[in-house]
Amino acid sequence: MVGKESFSIRSIRVLSGAVLITWLILPLVPLAIWSFAKGWFFPDLLPKRWSLQAWEYALSDLSGVMDSLWLTVWISIAATALSILVGIPAGRALGMYKFRGKELVELLILAPTIVPGIAVVLGIHSVFISMGLNNTINGVILVHLIPTLPYMILVMAGIFANYDPSFEAQARSLGASSAQTFWYVTLPAIMPGIIVGGLFAFLVSWSQYILTLLIGGGRVVTLPLLLFNFATSGRNDITGAIGMIYILPGVIILLLTAKHLSGRNGAVGGFGRI
Amino acid sequence: MTHVSIRELTKVYPGSADPALDGLSLEIPTGELTALLGPSGCGKTTTMKMIAGLLAPTSGDIHFDGRSVLSEKPEHRGVVMVFQNYLLFPHMNVADNVGFGLKMRKVPKQEIDHRVKEMLELVKLPDLGDRQPSALSGGQQQRVALARALIVQPNVLLLDEPLSNLDAHLRFEMRDLIRGLQQEMGITTIFVTHDQEEAVVLADKVALILDGRLKQYGPADVFYKRPVDEATARFFGGQNFASGTSDGSVFKSGLGQLKLPDGVNPGPGKLTVRPENIRINAGENMQNSLQAVVTERVFLGTQTLVKLQVGNEKLDAIANPNEVENISVGDSVTISLPPSSLWVLST
Repeated sequence: MVGKESFSIRSIRVLSGAVLITWLILPLVPLAIWSFAKGWFFPDLLPKRWSLQAWEYALSDLSGVMDSLWLTVWISIAATALSILVGIPAGRALGMYKFRGKELVELLILAPTIVPGIAVVLGIHSVFISMGLNNTINGVILVHLIPTLPYMILVMAGIFANYDPSFEAQARSLGASSAQTFWYVTLPAIMPGIIVGGLFAFLVSWSQYILTLLIGGGRVVTLPLLLFNFATSGRNDITGAIGMIYILPGVIILLLTAKHLSGRNGAVGGFGRI
Repeated sequence: MTHVSIRELTKVYPGSADPALDGLSLEIPTGELTALLGPSGCGKTTTMKMIAGLLAPTSGDIHFDGRSVLSEKPEHRGVVMVFQNYLLFPHMNVADNVGFGLKMRKVPKQEIDHRVKEMLELVKLPDLGDRQPSALSGGQQQRVALARALIVQPNVLLLDEPLSNLDAHLRFEMRDLIRGLQQEMGITTIFVTHDQEEAVVLADKVALILDGRLKQYGPADVFYKRPVDEATARFFGGQNFASGTSDGSVFKSGLGQLKLPDGVNPGPGKLTVRPENIRINAGENMQNSLQAVVTERVFLGTQTLVKLQVGNEKLDAIANPNEVENISVGDSVTISLPPSSLWVLST
């Protein structure tokens, strides 16, 4: 009886795993095929002729894909780093302390996940113009903080809600300065939250389209913008190749950090609020 | 090696009307082991945190060897606090926990390893350096916490309820360890506890704090023999109080006329006698003998509580179970209150 039960639970797990993988991987298969196809027409199941042309073009200087890739990496890393810098103190305040107007602050932090980005960015656009930040990389990095910060702050608030600040008092009493206390005691304790929140911030920034388009003014061409250009111009083979490059960081990050994303990680608890 | 002087120390938490600590003054001589005793919420942990520099006092001052330390940061005071729940850093193994204070002082790694090894031997955990704190028992965790504190050779060691989380058999072992190390290293040590037994077995001197104020400060036996008032006597298990008047040598009350020890001032007051000092079935010719009726007996295991009625006054007596084996409720017995066991509290 017990064996049968564990068998059925196992088969459900295998089945749901298979469904999940199919759901995530299947849509990518045509993209991958297109990137190696030289024409692919109905009703052919597979392209009649194969070619590496699309990849050659995508990886050449001509297409600007590599420049765009490094630009996108830089913007996402910078936005993530700034999110961490802001998210740690903000999460600590929200997770550990009670203060007047805390609910309002929480609502305002959550707002960007509810309000459409285009509504937010139209207002910010004029402010950025007056500050000379429009059409610049710095402006794009700053505007990416709008969608990344809610994730970072809520993850850190979840971490700090279960954090015991007595450890810091103990470290000070043993002779650690406040900087040493942060480095040797606080940081290791909140590291799971920094990893999870940072990953989400990176991926959220990586996938921004509208905010980059409006604030960058078409001069800051990140990978999603480039991808969209090729997709609308009907070059399915090149779109396929760029698409494969575009999903790479997400796949790498997921593989490297799968264990941090399990339900047992307290950091993921913060997402219950979103 | 530090003389700690606490002067009129007061702490009022924001948003609270009553002070958590109200004008506490204490002189703690170099190398002594002092207990701050009081019920939870009496301000004793607040006092420790202020000595450690983790909390700023509202007013008052703290001097180490005659020098105010209020402006010094916690890491420069030379005070180490061992918290009640030990607070071993969960992401470090035992050796790294013990060596933490030395690492913060930028001591060379080789010397840290050497001293950690020495310290772990001193607390009798020589082979546990590689373990994670979560793999240790409560008693072992406490020893690691103690080792981590002592390795930096603090001027003042603060212990928060050092024995209260331990089983009865571990308590005496830990008491001996703490006292032994403290005496050997001569560190001025202050610990807080709500348990009078813990204070009495561990401390050279006890400071009783009730409602944020110092009630009495002195060697532990004084709290039993010469408590300053009824609250103090009750905190140490005193239960018998009879109002009356002293003429300096005899006390008149509902218990009749009882001979007093030397040193009691004349005037109205409250007579007190500890339950364990009442002698039941004493001979008629004993001093201060009285006739009493047994109203209740409660077997407590190693002792028996006998409740007595003398006229209109009630007395609780604690006796060896063997000595009161033949006494039952309703019996009339002769009891004796030896003059040396009596004390008069001013009212």
